[in-house]
Amino acid sequence: MTTIINVPPSLEDKSFELVLDQIAPLPLDEKIIVDTRHTRWASPYGLTALLALAQSRVERPVLYVPEAENVSTYWSRMDFFKHAAELYELQGKVTKAKAVETSVLLEVTSISKSDDVHSVVDRIQQRAQDALVKNLNLDAKITMRFTMALSEICQNIVEHAGRGGWVAVQTYTWRIRLGGRKVVVIAVCDPGIGFRQSLESAPGFQQKDRWDDGLALEETVMRGASRFRDPGRGQGLAGVRRFVGNWDGKLSIRSGTARIAVLPKGDWDEDEPLHENLSYFPGAQVQITIPERVS
Amino acid sequence: MINHIDVSSMLRKSVCELYSNLVTRPTGAAVRCEIEHELDRIGDRALTVIDFSHVGLLDFSCADEIVAKLLLQYVSVDAPRREVYFVFRGISDSHMDAIEAVLERHNLALVTQQADGMSRLIGIVGVDERKAWEIISRLGAGACDDVATASGVSADDAERTLDMLWRRRLLIRYDDGYVAVGSVTTPSQATRLDA
Repeated sequence: MTTIINVPPSLEDKSFELVLDQIAPLPLDEKIIVDTRHTRWASPYGLTALLALAQSRVERPVLYVPEAENVSTYWSRMDFFKHAAELYELQGKVTKAKAVETSVLLEVTSISKSDDVHSVVDRIQQRAQDALVKNLNLDAKITMRFTMALSEICQNIVEHAGRGGWVAVQTYTWRIRLGGRKVVVIAVCDPGIGFRQSLESAPGFQQKDRWDDGLALEETVMRGASRFRDPGRGQGLAGVRRFVGNWDGKLSIRSGTARIAVLPKGDWDEDEPLHENLSYFPGAQVQITIPERVS
Repeated sequence: MINHIDVSSMLRKSVCELYSNLVTRPTGAAVRCEIEHELDRIGDRALTVIDFSHVGLLDFSCADEIVAKLLLQYVSVDAPRREVYFVFRGISDSHMDAIEAVLERHNLALVTQQADGMSRLIGIVGVDERKAWEIISRLGAGACDDVATASGVSADDAERTLDMLWRRRLLIRYDDGYVAVGSVTTPSQATRLDA
Protein backbone atom coordinates (compact mmCIF):
# COMPACT_ATOMS: atom_id res chain seq x y z
CA MET A 1 0.00 0.00 0.00
CA THR A 2 1.18 3.51 -0.78
CA THR A 3 -0.02 6.61 1.04
CA ILE A 4 0.08 10.11 -0.39
CA ILE A 5 1.23 12.76 2.07
CA ASN A 6 -0.07 16.19 1.18
CA VAL A 7 2.38 18.99 1.83
CA PRO A 8 0.74 22.39 2.54
CA PRO A 9 1.27 25.38 0.23
CA SER A 10 3.41 27.12 2.84
CA LEU A 11 5.83 24.74 4.49
CA GLU A 12 7.44 25.89 7.74
CA ASP A 13 7.79 24.63 11.30
CA LYS A 14 4.11 24.95 12.23
CA SER A 15 2.64 23.63 9.00
CA PHE A 16 5.10 20.74 8.97
CA GLU A 17 2.99 19.36 11.83
CA LEU A 18 0.27 18.71 9.22
CA VAL A 19 2.72 16.51 7.35
CA LEU A 20 3.68 14.66 10.52
CA ASP A 21 0.01 14.16 11.45
CA GLN A 22 -0.38 12.20 8.22
CA ILE A 23 2.82 10.18 8.63
CA ALA A 24 2.85 9.32 12.36
CA PRO A 25 0.12 6.63 12.13
CA LEU A 26 1.86 4.81 9.24
CA PRO A 27 4.21 1.85 9.68
CA LEU A 28 7.84 2.87 9.01
CA ASP A 29 8.12 0.50 6.07
CA GLU A 30 4.98 1.69 4.32
CA LYS A 31 5.63 3.33 0.98
CA ILE A 32 4.75 7.03 0.95
CA ILE A 33 4.52 9.69 -1.70
CA VAL A 34 5.34 13.15 -0.41
CA ASP A 35 3.37 15.50 -2.60
CA THR A 36 4.83 19.02 -2.79
CA ARG A 37 3.29 19.82 -6.16
CA HIS A 38 1.17 22.63 -4.73
CA THR A 39 3.73 23.96 -2.32
CA ARG A 40 4.48 27.60 -3.03
CA TRP A 41 6.98 28.39 -0.32
CA ALA A 42 9.22 26.51 2.11
CA SER A 43 11.32 27.82 4.98
CA PRO A 44 14.77 26.36 5.78
CA TYR A 45 12.98 24.32 8.44
CA GLY A 46 10.54 22.94 5.87
CA LEU A 47 13.30 21.87 3.49
CA THR A 48 15.60 20.32 6.08
CA ALA A 49 12.66 18.58 7.76
CA LEU A 50 11.59 17.05 4.43
CA LEU A 51 15.05 15.49 4.12
CA ALA A 52 14.96 14.20 7.70
CA LEU A 53 11.53 12.75 6.97
CA ALA A 54 12.91 10.71 4.08
CA GLN A 55 15.80 9.50 6.27
CA SER A 56 13.31 8.28 8.86
CA ARG A 57 11.55 5.92 6.44
CA VAL A 58 12.56 2.33 5.80
CA GLU A 59 11.12 2.33 2.28
CA ARG A 60 12.56 5.00 -0.02
CA PRO A 61 9.74 7.52 -0.48
CA VAL A 62 8.64 9.27 -3.66
CA LEU A 63 8.70 13.06 -3.84
CA TYR A 64 6.40 14.86 -6.26
CA VAL A 65 8.33 18.06 -6.86
CA PRO A 66 6.68 21.53 -6.84
CA GLU A 67 4.88 22.40 -10.06
CA ALA A 68 5.59 26.12 -9.92
CA GLU A 69 8.84 26.79 -11.74
CA ASN A 70 9.96 29.56 -9.42
CA VAL A 71 9.51 27.27 -6.42
CA SER A 72 11.40 24.44 -8.06
CA THR A 73 14.17 26.85 -9.07
CA TYR A 74 14.41 28.20 -5.56
CA TRP A 75 14.61 24.71 -4.04
CA SER A 76 17.40 23.96 -6.50
CA ARG A 77 19.23 27.10 -5.42
CA MET A 78 18.93 25.89 -1.85
CA ASP A 79 20.60 22.61 -2.95
CA PHE A 80 17.50 20.79 -1.74
CA PHE A 81 17.13 18.56 -4.80
CA LYS A 82 20.83 17.67 -4.74
CA HIS A 83 20.30 15.95 -1.39
CA ALA A 84 16.69 14.89 -1.99
CA ALA A 85 17.81 12.85 -5.01
CA GLU A 86 19.79 10.63 -2.63
CA LEU A 87 16.84 10.03 -0.32
CA TYR A 88 13.72 10.29 -2.47
CA GLU A 89 12.65 8.98 -5.81
CA LEU A 90 12.00 12.34 -7.45
CA GLN A 91 9.08 12.66 -9.82
CA GLY A 92 8.31 15.79 -11.82
CA LYS A 93 10.37 18.48 -13.45
CA VAL A 94 13.27 19.79 -11.42
CA THR A 95 14.29 23.23 -12.65
CA LYS A 96 17.99 23.92 -12.36
CA ALA A 97 19.21 26.98 -10.49
CA LYS A 98 20.58 29.71 -12.72
CA ALA A 99 21.82 32.22 -10.19
CA VAL A 100 22.95 32.47 -6.63
CA GLU A 101 20.17 33.33 -4.17
CA THR A 102 21.36 36.31 -2.17
CA SER A 103 18.96 35.67 0.72
CA VAL A 104 20.53 32.27 1.28
CA LEU A 105 23.28 32.37 3.86
CA LEU A 106 23.77 28.64 3.82
CA GLU A 107 22.25 26.19 1.38
CA VAL A 108 20.88 22.91 2.71
CA THR A 109 24.01 21.18 3.95
CA SER A 110 24.63 17.72 5.33
CA ILE A 111 26.01 17.44 8.86
CA SER A 112 27.35 14.11 10.04
CA LYS A 113 30.85 14.74 11.38
CA SER A 114 32.94 17.38 13.07
CA ASP A 115 34.57 18.49 9.81
CA ASP A 116 31.14 19.39 8.44
CA VAL A 117 30.71 21.90 11.26
CA HIS A 118 34.06 23.52 10.40
CA SER A 119 32.99 23.72 6.79
CA VAL A 120 29.64 25.32 7.65
CA VAL A 121 31.29 27.89 9.93
CA ASP A 122 33.87 28.80 7.29
CA ARG A 123 31.23 29.16 4.58
CA ILE A 124 28.72 31.21 6.51
CA GLN A 125 31.17 33.74 7.92
CA GLN A 126 31.75 35.11 4.45
CA ARG A 127 28.05 35.86 3.95
CA ALA A 128 26.78 36.51 7.45
CA GLN A 129 28.32 39.94 7.96
CA ASP A 130 26.50 41.52 5.02
CA ALA A 131 23.20 39.78 5.67
CA LEU A 132 23.02 40.51 9.38
CA VAL A 133 24.51 43.97 9.55
CA LYS A 134 23.44 45.56 6.28
CA ASN A 135 20.16 43.82 5.61
CA LEU A 136 18.87 43.23 9.12
CA ASN A 137 20.36 46.36 10.65
CA LEU A 138 21.92 44.38 13.50
CA ASP A 139 25.02 45.38 15.42
CA ALA A 140 28.28 44.12 13.88
CA LYS A 141 29.09 42.07 16.96
CA ILE A 142 26.23 39.68 16.19
CA THR A 143 28.16 37.98 13.38
CA MET A 144 30.51 35.95 15.56
CA ARG A 145 27.78 35.12 18.10
CA PHE A 146 25.45 34.02 15.32
CA THR A 147 28.12 31.69 13.95
CA MET A 148 28.84 30.36 17.46
CA ALA A 149 25.15 29.50 17.88
CA LEU A 150 25.09 27.82 14.49
CA SER A 151 28.18 25.80 15.35
CA GLU A 152 26.72 24.58 18.65
CA ILE A 153 23.39 23.56 17.13
CA CYS A 154 25.13 21.66 14.33
CA GLN A 155 27.36 19.91 16.85
CA ASN A 156 24.28 18.52 18.58
CA ILE A 157 23.80 16.32 15.53
CA VAL A 158 27.38 15.05 15.61
CA GLU A 159 27.43 14.52 19.37
CA HIS A 160 23.94 13.25 20.08
CA ALA A 161 21.83 12.32 17.08
CA GLY A 162 23.54 9.07 16.17
CA ARG A 163 23.04 9.77 12.47
CA GLY A 164 23.43 12.63 10.03
CA GLY A 165 21.17 15.64 9.69
CA TRP A 166 20.76 18.92 7.82
CA VAL A 167 21.28 22.64 8.27
CA ALA A 168 20.15 25.64 6.23
CA VAL A 169 20.22 29.39 6.91
CA GLN A 170 18.26 32.08 5.14
CA THR A 171 16.94 35.58 5.53
CA TYR A 172 13.38 36.36 4.53
CA THR A 173 10.47 38.61 5.34
CA TRP A 174 8.36 37.53 8.28
CA ARG A 175 4.75 38.25 7.53
CA ILE A 176 2.97 36.68 10.48
CA ARG A 177 3.50 39.30 13.17
CA LEU A 178 6.33 41.56 12.21
CA GLY A 179 4.52 43.56 9.56
CA GLY A 180 7.13 42.80 6.95
CA ARG A 181 10.23 42.82 9.11
CA LYS A 182 13.08 40.67 7.90
CA VAL A 183 14.39 37.75 9.89
CA VAL A 184 17.32 35.39 9.67
CA VAL A 185 16.47 31.76 10.32
CA ILE A 186 18.71 28.83 11.15
CA ALA A 187 17.11 25.39 10.79
CA VAL A 188 18.84 22.18 11.87
CA CYS A 189 16.93 18.91 11.54
CA ASP A 190 17.93 15.31 12.15
CA PRO A 191 16.00 12.03 12.45
CA GLY A 192 18.30 10.62 15.15
CA ILE A 193 17.65 9.42 18.68
CA GLY A 194 16.21 12.69 19.97
CA PHE A 195 16.57 14.40 23.36
CA ARG A 196 14.72 11.86 25.49
CA GLN A 197 16.65 8.83 24.30
CA SER A 198 19.91 10.76 24.50
CA LEU A 199 19.33 11.56 28.19
CA GLU A 200 18.20 7.99 28.85
CA SER A 201 21.61 6.78 27.64
CA ALA A 202 23.37 8.70 30.45
CA PRO A 203 25.23 6.47 32.91
CA GLY A 204 23.04 5.84 35.95
CA PHE A 205 19.99 7.44 34.38
CA GLN A 206 16.91 7.01 36.56
CA GLN A 207 13.50 7.62 35.12
CA LYS A 208 11.33 10.08 37.03
CA ASP A 209 7.64 9.58 37.79
CA ARG A 210 6.83 11.77 34.82
CA TRP A 211 9.23 11.22 31.98
CA ASP A 212 8.49 12.13 28.39
CA ASP A 213 9.76 14.17 25.47
CA GLY A 214 8.52 17.45 26.98
CA LEU A 215 10.40 16.87 30.21
CA ALA A 216 13.53 15.76 28.36
CA LEU A 217 13.43 19.03 26.39
CA GLU A 218 12.93 21.08 29.56
CA GLU A 219 15.82 19.31 31.30
CA THR A 220 18.15 19.84 28.37
CA VAL A 221 17.19 23.25 27.04
CA MET A 222 16.21 25.02 30.27
CA ARG A 223 18.43 23.26 32.83
CA GLY A 224 21.49 22.27 30.78
CA ALA A 225 21.21 18.49 31.34
CA SER A 226 23.37 16.22 29.19
CA ARG A 227 23.92 12.51 28.80
CA PHE A 228 27.62 13.07 29.62
CA ARG A 229 28.85 13.22 33.20
CA ASP A 230 31.40 15.86 32.26
CA PRO A 231 30.18 19.07 33.97
CA GLY A 232 31.38 21.08 31.00
CA ARG A 233 28.70 19.55 28.82
CA GLY A 234 25.39 21.24 28.12
CA GLN A 235 26.94 24.68 27.68
CA GLY A 236 26.27 24.88 23.96
CA LEU A 237 22.50 25.09 24.22
CA ALA A 238 22.80 27.42 27.22
CA GLY A 239 24.96 29.69 25.06
CA VAL A 240 22.44 29.53 22.23
CA ARG A 241 19.65 30.49 24.65
CA ARG A 242 21.65 33.51 25.83
CA PHE A 243 22.39 34.52 22.24
CA VAL A 244 18.72 34.31 21.26
CA GLY A 245 17.69 36.29 24.36
CA ASN A 246 20.23 39.03 23.68
CA TRP A 247 18.92 39.60 20.15
CA ASP A 248 15.18 39.32 20.88
CA GLY A 249 15.11 36.08 18.95
CA LYS A 250 13.26 32.81 19.27
CA LEU A 251 14.61 29.30 19.75
CA SER A 252 12.34 26.33 19.24
CA ILE A 253 13.27 22.67 19.48
CA ARG A 254 11.02 19.79 18.56
CA SER A 255 11.86 16.24 19.59
CA GLY A 256 9.65 13.18 19.65
CA THR A 257 6.18 14.39 20.56
CA ALA A 258 7.01 17.79 22.07
CA ARG A 259 8.30 21.19 21.10
CA ILE A 260 9.82 23.71 23.48
CA ALA A 261 10.31 27.38 22.67
CA VAL A 262 12.39 30.12 24.21
CA LEU A 263 10.25 33.08 23.27
CA PRO A 264 11.28 36.62 22.39
CA LYS A 265 10.77 39.47 24.82
CA GLY A 266 9.09 41.48 22.08
CA ASP A 267 5.62 40.72 20.80
CA TRP A 268 6.53 39.49 17.34
CA ASP A 269 5.71 35.87 18.11
CA GLU A 270 2.80 34.36 20.00
CA ASP A 271 3.91 30.75 20.32
CA GLU A 272 3.50 28.72 23.51
CA PRO A 273 6.58 27.77 25.56
CA LEU A 274 5.77 24.06 25.37
CA HIS A 275 3.66 21.96 23.01
CA GLU A 276 3.10 18.32 23.95
CA ASN A 277 1.27 15.36 22.47
CA LEU A 278 2.33 16.25 18.95
CA SER A 279 2.58 13.55 16.31
CA TYR A 280 5.75 11.53 16.85
CA PHE A 281 8.78 12.32 14.75
CA PRO A 282 12.25 11.02 15.60
CA GLY A 283 15.33 13.12 16.24
CA ALA A 284 15.51 16.84 16.87
CA GLN A 285 14.37 19.77 14.79
CA VAL A 286 15.77 23.14 15.82
CA GLN A 287 14.91 26.60 14.59
CA ILE A 288 16.48 29.91 15.59
CA THR A 289 14.84 33.12 14.39
CA ILE A 290 16.48 36.54 14.82
CA PRO A 291 14.45 39.56 13.70
CA GLU A 292 15.63 42.70 11.97
CA ARG A 293 16.34 45.57 14.33
CA VAL A 294 14.01 48.52 13.90
CA SER A 295 14.86 51.84 15.50
CA MET B 1 60.93 31.41 31.77
CA ILE B 2 58.07 32.87 29.77
CA ASN B 3 56.69 30.77 26.92
CA HIS B 4 54.40 31.82 24.15
CA ILE B 5 51.82 29.48 22.62
CA ASP B 6 49.93 30.66 19.56
CA VAL B 7 46.62 28.79 19.72
CA SER B 8 46.01 29.27 16.01
CA SER B 9 49.29 27.47 15.22
CA MET B 10 48.29 24.65 17.55
CA LEU B 11 45.02 24.34 15.63
CA ARG B 12 46.77 24.10 12.29
CA LYS B 13 49.35 21.69 13.64
CA SER B 14 46.95 19.36 15.41
CA VAL B 15 43.80 19.41 13.30
CA CYS B 16 43.98 20.99 9.86
CA GLU B 17 46.17 23.51 8.05
CA LEU B 18 43.08 25.19 6.63
CA TYR B 19 41.11 25.83 9.80
CA SER B 20 41.15 29.19 11.56
CA ASN B 21 38.12 28.73 13.78
CA LEU B 22 38.07 26.90 17.07
CA VAL B 23 34.80 25.02 16.84
CA THR B 24 33.69 21.54 17.95
CA ARG B 25 34.75 19.50 20.93
CA PRO B 26 37.12 17.14 19.08
CA THR B 27 38.96 20.16 17.68
CA GLY B 28 39.23 21.70 21.15
CA ALA B 29 40.49 18.44 22.63
CA ALA B 30 43.13 18.08 19.89
CA VAL B 31 44.35 21.65 20.38
CA ARG B 32 44.53 21.19 24.16
CA CYS B 33 46.58 18.02 23.73
CA GLU B 34 49.00 19.93 21.51
CA ILE B 35 49.28 22.69 24.12
CA GLU B 36 49.90 20.07 26.81
CA HIS B 37 52.73 18.57 24.73
CA GLU B 38 54.28 22.03 24.55
CA LEU B 39 53.92 22.46 28.29
CA ASP B 40 55.51 19.07 28.93
CA ARG B 41 58.64 20.33 27.20
CA ILE B 42 59.09 23.45 29.28
CA GLY B 43 59.78 22.22 32.76
CA ASP B 44 58.00 22.06 36.07
CA ARG B 45 57.72 25.78 36.73
CA ALA B 46 56.73 28.09 33.92
CA LEU B 47 54.68 31.05 32.86
CA THR B 48 52.93 30.59 29.54
CA VAL B 49 51.17 33.12 27.35
CA ILE B 50 48.23 31.50 25.56
CA ASP B 51 47.63 33.70 22.55
CA PHE B 52 44.24 33.77 20.79
CA SER B 53 45.11 36.75 18.54
CA HIS B 54 44.88 34.75 15.31
CA VAL B 55 41.82 32.72 16.23
CA GLY B 56 38.62 33.64 14.38
CA LEU B 57 35.74 32.02 16.17
CA LEU B 58 35.77 30.24 19.51
CA ASP B 59 32.60 28.38 20.39
CA PHE B 60 31.46 27.18 23.83
CA SER B 61 32.48 23.56 23.27
CA CYS B 62 35.98 24.51 22.19
CA ALA B 63 36.35 27.02 25.03
CA ASP B 64 35.41 24.27 27.46
CA GLU B 65 37.95 21.86 25.98
CA ILE B 66 40.82 24.31 25.58
CA VAL B 67 40.47 26.87 28.35
CA ALA B 68 38.50 25.15 31.11
CA LYS B 69 40.06 21.71 30.84
CA LEU B 70 43.56 23.15 30.57
CA LEU B 71 43.05 25.25 33.69
CA LEU B 72 41.45 22.38 35.57
CA GLN B 73 44.65 20.38 35.18
CA TYR B 74 47.09 23.09 36.11
CA VAL B 75 45.28 25.32 38.57
CA SER B 76 43.50 22.74 40.66
CA VAL B 77 43.53 24.03 44.23
CA ASP B 78 44.37 20.59 45.66
CA ALA B 79 46.78 18.86 43.32
CA PRO B 80 47.86 20.86 40.30
CA ARG B 81 49.77 18.97 37.63
CA ARG B 82 52.77 21.34 37.85
CA GLU B 83 53.51 24.94 38.74
CA VAL B 84 52.38 26.46 35.49
CA TYR B 85 50.87 29.92 35.23
CA PHE B 86 48.87 31.20 32.29
CA VAL B 87 48.22 34.61 30.78
CA PHE B 88 45.60 34.73 28.01
CA ARG B 89 46.16 37.26 25.24
CA GLY B 90 44.31 38.30 22.11
CA ILE B 91 40.86 37.54 23.50
CA SER B 92 38.16 39.28 21.46
CA ASP B 93 34.68 40.18 22.70
CA SER B 94 33.16 37.08 21.13
CA HIS B 95 35.92 34.84 22.57
CA MET B 96 35.13 36.40 25.92
CA ASP B 97 31.48 35.30 25.75
CA ALA B 98 32.52 31.67 25.44
CA ILE B 99 35.41 31.87 27.90
CA GLU B 100 33.42 33.61 30.65
CA ALA B 101 30.65 31.02 30.29
CA VAL B 102 33.00 28.08 30.79
CA LEU B 103 34.88 29.74 33.65
CA GLU B 104 31.59 30.28 35.43
CA ARG B 105 30.52 26.70 34.82
CA HIS B 106 33.72 25.31 36.39
CA ASN B 107 34.25 28.00 39.04
CA LEU B 108 37.55 29.04 37.45
CA ALA B 109 39.37 32.32 36.89
CA LEU B 110 42.21 33.47 34.67
CA VAL B 111 44.28 36.51 33.82
CA THR B 112 43.90 38.19 30.44
CA GLN B 113 46.24 40.76 29.04
CA GLN B 114 44.75 43.43 26.81
CA ALA B 115 46.38 45.09 23.83
CA ASP B 116 47.56 48.01 25.99
CA GLY B 117 49.36 45.62 28.35
CA MET B 118 46.81 45.99 31.15
CA SER B 119 45.93 42.75 32.91
CA ARG B 120 42.46 41.78 34.02
CA LEU B 121 41.12 39.02 36.19
CA ILE B 122 38.06 37.28 34.75
CA GLY B 123 35.89 34.40 35.90
CA ILE B 124 34.79 33.47 39.39
CA VAL B 125 36.77 35.42 41.95
CA GLY B 126 35.72 36.47 45.45
CA VAL B 127 35.72 40.13 46.46
CA ASP B 128 38.70 39.69 48.81
CA GLU B 129 40.61 37.71 46.22
CA ARG B 130 40.05 40.34 43.57
CA LYS B 131 41.07 43.15 45.92
CA ALA B 132 44.26 41.32 46.92
CA TRP B 133 45.12 40.49 43.31
CA GLU B 134 44.63 44.11 42.27
CA ILE B 135 46.83 45.36 45.08
CA ILE B 136 49.66 43.01 44.09
CA SER B 137 49.12 43.82 40.44
CA ARG B 138 49.31 47.54 41.12
CA LEU B 139 52.47 47.13 43.19
CA GLY B 140 54.07 44.77 40.67
CA ALA B 141 55.11 42.55 43.57
CA GLY B 142 54.24 42.43 47.21
CA ALA B 143 53.84 40.46 50.42
CA CYS B 144 51.10 39.72 52.94
CA ASP B 145 51.79 42.90 54.88
CA ASP B 146 51.29 45.03 51.77
CA VAL B 147 47.86 43.53 51.14
CA ALA B 148 46.90 43.67 54.82
CA THR B 149 47.81 47.35 55.03
CA ALA B 150 46.21 48.35 51.75
CA SER B 151 42.95 46.48 52.29
CA GLY B 152 42.60 46.81 56.07
CA VAL B 153 42.48 43.08 56.82
CA SER B 154 44.56 41.07 59.26
CA ALA B 155 47.88 39.64 58.11
CA ASP B 156 46.49 36.12 58.58
CA ASP B 157 43.51 36.84 56.34
CA ALA B 158 45.74 38.44 53.74
CA GLU B 159 48.03 35.41 53.83
CA ARG B 160 45.11 33.02 53.35
CA THR B 161 43.79 35.03 50.42
CA LEU B 162 47.19 35.26 48.74
CA ASP B 163 47.79 31.56 49.26
CA MET B 164 44.47 30.78 47.57
CA LEU B 165 45.34 33.08 44.65
CA TRP B 166 48.66 31.28 44.30
CA ARG B 167 46.96 27.87 44.37
CA ARG B 168 44.65 29.12 41.64
CA ARG B 169 47.79 30.22 39.77
CA LEU B 170 46.64 33.83 39.60
CA LEU B 171 49.67 34.97 41.60
CA ILE B 172 53.23 33.68 41.39
CA ARG B 173 54.86 32.95 44.74
CA TYR B 174 58.56 33.63 45.18
CA ASP B 175 60.64 33.64 48.38
CA ASP B 176 58.42 35.61 50.75
CA GLY B 177 56.37 37.55 48.24
CA TYR B 178 53.98 37.40 45.30
CA VAL B 179 53.85 38.72 41.76
CA ALA B 180 50.59 39.14 39.81
CA VAL B 181 50.63 36.78 36.83
CA GLY B 182 49.85 39.45 34.23
CA SER B 183 52.49 41.91 35.40
CA VAL B 184 55.30 39.43 34.72
CA THR B 185 54.51 39.39 31.02
CA THR B 186 54.31 43.18 30.71
CA PRO B 187 57.45 44.33 28.87
CA SER B 188 58.08 47.22 31.29
CA GLN B 189 58.07 44.92 34.30
CA ALA B 190 60.19 41.97 33.33
CA THR B 191 60.40 39.72 36.36
CA ARG B 192 62.20 36.43 36.46
CA LEU B 193 59.93 33.58 37.40
CA ASP B 194 62.82 31.70 38.94
CA ALA B 195 63.60 34.65 41.25
